[in-house]
Amino acid sequence: MPTTNLSYRAVFSLVLKRDLIIAMRHKDDIINPLLFFVIVVTLFPLGIGPEAQTLSRIAPGIIWVAALLATLLSLDRLFKSDHDDGSLEQMLLSPHPVFILVLAKIIAHWLITGLPLIFIAPLLAVLLHLNEQSYGALMLTLLLGTPVLSLLGAIGVALTVGIKKGGILLSLLVLPLYIPVLIFATSAIDTAALGLPYSGQLAIIAALFFGSLTLAPFAVGAALKVSTN
Amino acid sequence: MPVNQTSSLVSPLISATNLTCIREERLLFDQLNIEINAGDIVQVEGPNGSGKTSLLRILAGLSQPFEGEVFFNNQLISQSREEFHQSLLYLGHLPGVKGEMSAVENLTFNLALHGTSDSSTDIEQILAEVNLTGFEDSLASHLSAGQHRRISLARLYKSTANIWILDEPFTAIDKQGVHALEQLFKAHIKQGGCVILTTHQDLLTFEPTQIKKITLDYINE
Repeated sequence: MPTTNLSYRAVFSLVLKRDLIIAMRHKDDIINPLLFFVIVVTLFPLGIGPEAQTLSRIAPGIIWVAALLATLLSLDRLFKSDHDDGSLEQMLLSPHPVFILVLAKIIAHWLITGLPLIFIAPLLAVLLHLNEQSYGALMLTLLLGTPVLSLLGAIGVALTVGIKKGGILLSLLVLPLYIPVLIFATSAIDTAALGLPYSGQLAIIAALFFGSLTLAPFAVGAALKVSTN
Repeated sequence: MPVNQTSSLVSPLISATNLTCIREERLLFDQLNIEINAGDIVQVEGPNGSGKTSLLRILAGLSQPFEGEVFFNNQLISQSREEFHQSLLYLGHLPGVKGEMSAVENLTFNLALHGTSDSSTDIEQILAEVNLTGFEDSLASHLSAGQHRRISLARLYKSTANIWILDEPFTAIDKQGVHALEQLFKAHIKQGGCVILTTHQDLLTFEPTQIKKITLDYINE
């Protein structure tokens, strides 16, 4: 009997397309984290007061912490529904390497949750009187940093997917891993505000990105095997 | 390394040695040896909680046994993952159907994921085989449990895998559907495949002597 062996790229786009279709039909997944992000950021000027100097001082931290929490909020959906309806075990049983499938799912997750945050971030930065010189740094750190959040978060989700109420455990596992991204991203934005070069911090975030891009899918695959055991 | 079983001439498709499974500190089965050849239909029997699903998951490589090993063509399944998965079709008691996708999309994805689709695959015809004509484009979330099960079972009609491991395939399926499935199993074992299944129903169209049985009982320590 003829079996067509799909190339890695074909399998990748197959899973990516499926996850995007599901997200498009289940719009909560896209809107909820975005709404959370916007609400958290807009609450700060209300709580702290509209003074431009204070706000612009803390703007990088607010935006990044909110992005971090919004990602954390959305992580659960990455493998949970697939685990609950049995499609996860079918993926693990497919002849294709698990890391390709996992990578496609993580990229889909970033496109659904990370990318919208990047688009709306400049608008919220205006609200927080972010220093004009910092916009470039904000966008670059978000562009390199939010995929890291999805990739590292996926390891945590994969480990906790079999547990009924893994939410708290997930934040305990994942948040410490997010701290380096937070530190270097906000530091890059602060440095940019002073008009100094911030390529060093950016390079570290880029290193985190490529490191997690290459290693996280394998860790996630191994963790999923343990979780479905 | 390959384990040479006793003087059987044909090597078994799938075999397991000394399987022991412990769940929640309860011993489900102990030192179980299984040998399944091409053309076998195997029914795993036992009361609820006796470890039927655990056994099937271990045979499919989804769970690790406490002790023992599973072989496919005399090779450890962990060492021949790709070939094993290409010859394996496992359907658990969860149908693996996404509610947000239509019947056609679900089946297309499932077939492509397991590498059994090509351009000539007529998805609608396969869906017609499982009586889902007219529901092709309905979102699965609008369909019933039995129809979900039918979407996942539709894969059997296009399967190139030898080994079918089916956990309660008849759940939520009507009488005619069960009959059609049994015919499908017959055709499959005639072509040199094997079927391993759990069910509480009797397989009506098979001769009782045709069916190999593995009976699991509670073992009280």
